[in-house]
Amino acid sequence: MGNALSAAVASRLFLSGNDAVAHAVRDAGVRVAAAYPGTPSTEILEVVARFPGLYAEWSPNEKVALEVALGASMMGARAFSAMKHVGLNVASDALMTLTVTGVEGGLVIAVADDVGMSSSQNEQDSRFWGRFAHIPVFEPADSQEAYDMTRAAYGLSEAFKVPVLLRLTTRICHVKGRVELSAPETHEPGGFTKDPRRWVMVPGNAKPRLPLMFEREAALAAEAEASPLNRLEPGADRRIGFVTSGPAYMHVREAFPDAPVLKLGLSYPPPMAKVRELAAQVETLVVVEETEPLLENELRAAGIRCEGKNLLPRLGELAPEVLRRGIARLRGDVVADAPALPAQQVFPRPPTMCVACPHLGIYYTLSQLRNIIISGDIGCYTLGAGHPWNALDTCISMGASMGMALGMDKGRGEADKNKKIVAVIGDSTFMHMGMQGLLDITYNQGNVTILLLDNRAVGMTGGQDNPATGRDIHGIEAPRVDFPRICEALGVKKERIRVVDPYQLPVLFKALREETKIEEPSVIITDRPCVLIDDYKKTPPYAVTEDKCTGCGNCLDVGCPAIHVTRRGKEVKASGKEVDLAFVRIETSVCTGCGLCVQPCAPEAIVHSVPVVPVRFMQRDGGKA
Amino acid sequence: MSRNTNILVCGIGGQGVMTATEILAEAALALGFDAKKTEVAGMSQRGGVVVSHLRFGSKVLSPQIAPGEADLLVGFEAAETLRWVHMLRPGAPVLTNTSRLSPPVVECGVFDYPDDPVGQLRALGVPLQAFDAAEIAMEFGDIRLGNTVMLGAMSDHLPFPAAVLRDAVAARFAHKKPGLLEMNMRAFDAGRERAAALAGQGCVAA
Repeated sequence: MGNALSAAVASRLFLSGNDAVAHAVRDAGVRVAAAYPGTPSTEILEVVARFPGLYAEWSPNEKVALEVALGASMMGARAFSAMKHVGLNVASDALMTLTVTGVEGGLVIAVADDVGMSSSQNEQDSRFWGRFAHIPVFEPADSQEAYDMTRAAYGLSEAFKVPVLLRLTTRICHVKGRVELSAPETHEPGGFTKDPRRWVMVPGNAKPRLPLMFEREAALAAEAEASPLNRLEPGADRRIGFVTSGPAYMHVREAFPDAPVLKLGLSYPPPMAKVRELAAQVETLVVVEETEPLLENELRAAGIRCEGKNLLPRLGELAPEVLRRGIARLRGDVVADAPALPAQQVFPRPPTMCVACPHLGIYYTLSQLRNIIISGDIGCYTLGAGHPWNALDTCISMGASMGMALGMDKGRGEADKNKKIVAVIGDSTFMHMGMQGLLDITYNQGNVTILLLDNRAVGMTGGQDNPATGRDIHGIEAPRVDFPRICEALGVKKERIRVVDPYQLPVLFKALREETKIEEPSVIITDRPCVLIDDYKKTPPYAVTEDKCTGCGNCLDVGCPAIHVTRRGKEVKASGKEVDLAFVRIETSVCTGCGLCVQPCAPEAIVHSVPVVPVRFMQRDGGKA
Repeated sequence: MSRNTNILVCGIGGQGVMTATEILAEAALALGFDAKKTEVAGMSQRGGVVVSHLRFGSKVLSPQIAPGEADLLVGFEAAETLRWVHMLRPGAPVLTNTSRLSPPVVECGVFDYPDDPVGQLRALGVPLQAFDAAEIAMEFGDIRLGNTVMLGAMSDHLPFPAAVLRDAVAARFAHKKPGLLEMNMRAFDAGRERAAALAGQGCVAA
């Protein structure tokens, strides 16, 4: 290969959309960046935090993150906040008034929609927030655009004194492509100007600002008409013209290379004159947008005839072949599917808890209890709803386990009068939005036992730090939240707060049985770290003594992925009942010696693969009671 | 515009699927190709399915490979290879690790692991190279070398010389501990030799 070519290539980076946004944040001279982790947006702040010279933080939740960014903007600093789609629901209270005040330093909010729902509880179209809050929406189609549009968004934000929504989706966040960076800028904050009529949003001050917001929106509509980010691409095949944005643009270009396309980068307010210009050139106008028929409805309302969701799916991701099929339907064409092998039936492989995860013991214990309703929450421990535990009954939104548990208690009738109600929530989720729910449980005296799983990490998104870990986003020591004291301060009686080791199954079982019997709010805190973070210390692995294993399968109920069945069999008991047997082995190379499977093993067939001094069950870290 | 090359790499979380695909992408980029790589990775750390799409060529638009359009399928786990075989372009080759990793849903008896996933692949008539990459990795003393073994094995199935991919692996480990670089180079070569030996037995039409 030529050296010149290699040199040209070397000046480019291969970045995911998340990486690209992070680089743009740095290069735009942003001073403050705040986020709460959430797939698919998490990596943005992780990358931002690696850059020197700007302040980055994990906030307790997205609303706080956005408020931190707003505060910085009020000082005249450029500010940034990132979140997943459901995070903006949480932050929306701030957003809906921040749009009335407008911003001082440029403020960009990156919101990542989990289109296709790889790791979320719902599928939302965050473009709605642009309409609802009357703010502009940028929709990049790849990593290069993610970089360029983030840079452009800061200019627009300051020109119009408006927060800008940068709408990403999984196929922007988690696609790597080539990116060329542009010259970085520096941005010195202009300073805070005391101006109650602008910043103190009491009705008397807010009312006069509402017309300004609508004037701003009209000016932005004119900007959208002029913006080079909204580009009419000519095409020879004028049977169909496409209006599209975000990753859908790439699918349109791939499937219909000869069609005229209006590519929207600044997609709200929509440039209606440009749409009409395209409509006049083609026989049929088709709107290609992922999830909701948002633009489609707006075009129709503006009197522009178009097709859209009548041809294309409303759920999940689009793809070139999906578009080809939809458009074929419009044209009445018959498309033969590309010759391909039939999809093979293979067992599902859902995500599982990790080997030696401290949650394993908790769900094993919960699965052994009868007559309980388990109000669940969002995190790794949501996996407790799956096999083999089947020990989580609800999952709705961050922190919801608390309020729902209280509602279950207050709403129960005769059918459930003897049920125990347990809420399960992780450390980070508790601080995100669970504390207020616990306050409601104590304030209104709910008969609920809370399992607060403190594994010192935001586990599901990759073990990020939070106020419970005692480390900030850079891993530097920070004040660590004291959960027993918080629970006590929120009104739980001191004697109803227990801290237990989730690897000690009998202790955990006893604590749960006792606390669920007592008819008042109680909290059981488990205090072992996530196995994915440095705090977790491995211990020597276990192995199964083959001739001792009776095939009872008790260890399999723990659900550890290191335990594998070697053979199955059947046995007829003295009672005449036939039982299934499963003889097992432990994958020693991945076992970290947590000892959970040892405890239900009746024949004591699980032993250390090398002799060791057992210390684990005695050792205690931290000074918690 | 010449057609893009589509390579699908599949396996489960923790096997190094994403890293291997990234190195493959770096090799393509080093040659001046445009490239896009994507996966749904939200829960990949939790032992779930991981499938990486890599497309490269003069200009890549959509990042996803459509069913029936993969030019090469590389599977890091036998049942996962079977799961994604429908993504292949008819006649395109499959390279698979024969190691089986069964998840808790199989161990607790809710679902069955296929008796012979490699045999099923063979019965579908796809050009196939199957070997135990984990065993080779363990010969070097570290299961984590499995993805480098797989990279070596796929290196003669690419539209560019194997040396380019080998250089990309070397670049990845150049600044790590020196022993690690050498170990990965040896794992790469061992994977490549194994695949070549299988090709000699008529296992695949490259």
